[in-house]
Amino acid sequence: MSDWVEACAAEDIDEEDVMRFDHAGRTYAIYRSPDDEYFATDGLCSHEKVHLADGLVMDDIIECPKHNGRFNYKTGDARGAPVCVNLKTYPVKVDAGKVLIQLG
Amino acid sequence: MVIIGAGECGGRAALTLRDLGFEGPVTLVGDEPHLPYERPPLSKEAMTSEAPFIKAIASDELLAERSIRHIHSLRVVAIDRVAHIVSLSDGSSLAYDKLLLATGSVPRKLPMPGLGGRCVYLRTFNDALAIRAHLSAGNRVAIIGGGFIGLELAASARKLGAAVTVIEAQPRILMRGVPAEIAEIIHKAHEAESVRVLTGQGIASIADDGAEVRITLADGQQVVADLAVIGIGAVPVTTLAAEAGLAIDNGIAVDGHLRTEDPDIFAAGDCCSFPLAIYGGRRVRLEAWRNAQEQGALAARNMLGADEAHAAVPWFWSDQYGLTLQIAGLSDEGKSIVRRDLDDGAFILFHLAEDGRLVAASGIGPGNAVARDIRLAEMLIAKRARPAPEALGSQAVKLKSLLAA
Ligand SMILES: Cc1cc2nc3c(=O)[nH]c(=O)nc-3n(C[C@H](O)[C@H](O)[C@H](O)COP(=O)(O)OP(=O)(O)OC[C@H]3O[C@@H](n4cnc5c(N)ncnc54)[C@H](O)[C@@H]3O)c2cc1C
Ligand code: FES
Repeated sequence: MSDWVEACAAEDIDEEDVMRFDHAGRTYAIYRSPDDEYFATDGLCSHEKVHLADGLVMDDIIECPKHNGRFNYKTGDARGAPVCVNLKTYPVKVDAGKVLIQLG
Repeated sequence: MVIIGAGECGGRAALTLRDLGFEGPVTLVGDEPHLPYERPPLSKEAMTSEAPFIKAIASDELLAERSIRHIHSLRVVAIDRVAHIVSLSDGSSLAYDKLLLATGSVPRKLPMPGLGGRCVYLRTFNDALAIRAHLSAGNRVAIIGGGFIGLELAASARKLGAAVTVIEAQPRILMRGVPAEIAEIIHKAHEAESVRVLTGQGIASIADDGAEVRITLADGQQVVADLAVIGIGAVPVTTLAAEAGLAIDNGIAVDGHLRTEDPDIFAAGDCCSFPLAIYGGRRVRLEAWRNAQEQGALAARNMLGADEAHAAVPWFWSDQYGLTLQIAGLSDEGKSIVRRDLDDGAFILFHLAEDGRLVAASGIGPGNAVARDIRLAEMLIAKRARPAPEALGSQAVKLKSLLAA
């Protein structure tokens, strides 16, 4: 398995919100859930490659800003039209106030 | 189950029937030769790409896997409501238990003599191919009508290097449904990209000799173009329903459950008019992609007996150059406007009814700058909320906090 990469400080993301994280030519989205857990997925919507970090987080759903496609950001599951391809998810941990994500 | 019209709405309805576990036969009949596809890219990225592409809603494999029979290139020409049979243009017929009319809309024809082969409309992929063939650098394109499709096409044509003139009869572009402040931003964006935008200009006559179109405006000015694209609105496709004796009222008239007066026939998407619950049952017809999707899915649920009423807030977007506009709700329901400025020049106008209820929100900005707040506004509209105008106007107050209130 590849290394853990530091993405941001835990407090950089509000509760029930999302932040964009770019690393090594790729883009990811990092989420903080309403119950204060952190998650990460690929950063682009599987419908038209739009940055999900501009979208709205509600409970465990991220909604794409462009056409409101929905994904469960905890599992990556596509939840309804127009999106049908799931998002890849990545393991996340918080260590000493830093959010780390395991890529690869 | 038989669905007439294999567009956004019909395609989504067919898939939803299967999602819900319906196991009987599902037949989707469409007169276009293609798989069900999305129309919005036709004036945008599909137009500017090397070769126009089809963004299919479902592949052949998916349709086969879900046992959806797709009959393409054939029209339904008659509905026999007593026998529960539809007839197709090749003489064949199909029996139905429940029928969905998802026949969409077609461009409104310009009622003028003189139109020829260089005067075209944009609705289908084949239309897009024909237009694309004329959009090369140096070509001249006249766009008749400053509505969304015309303006998006103007932006795409500029990207391909064509010289573009937009002719609008009304005093400003986007008269219908778009606040003046936002139309102004879009107007300026087009001028900054060297599009000639002529507003308040009626057309006196058109001469099309097959090579060139000569448009004479009411004030005598002439616009000469290699291609004229007419985008003056759309009309619902209702003939089939009317001939079957169903009520038409600016579209196939359905109730809040998308039922016609025939309990076995439903209509949804661009072709139907329906009562919009959040505005006290005001009857509307929407020409919007998400509505087609939502109504397709709702019709499918109700065809299976869900008895569910339409409750969604209308929502629409448009992309031109780097700008995206999004509108939730119907802004003409509003009596006053509160403006909220966001970063990068983006802003949202909140439309409030007399009693302070939020009835619509219109936003514009680069990329997806307004998306999140428009989505939250949509939820506030659905809740019939009366947020304090000062809170709406202040970027420091998060809209999400108003939703919880
Ligand atoms: C160029 C363009 C750009 C757009 N951009 C946007 C946008 O940015 N945002 C937005 O919200 N909306 C946009 N729209 C609107 C959106 O695409 C429509 O609202 C949507 O396609 C409506 O779906 P529908 O299934 O109701 O109708 P349609 O997509 O029109 O599908 C109806 C289908 O039924 C077929 N049909 C009709 N009668 C028969 C018959 N008797 N037998 C068999 N087949 C029949 C038609 O040929 C058609 O294929 C755009 C539309 C166009 C044309
Ligand atoms: S780009 Fe995400 S839903 Fe279309």
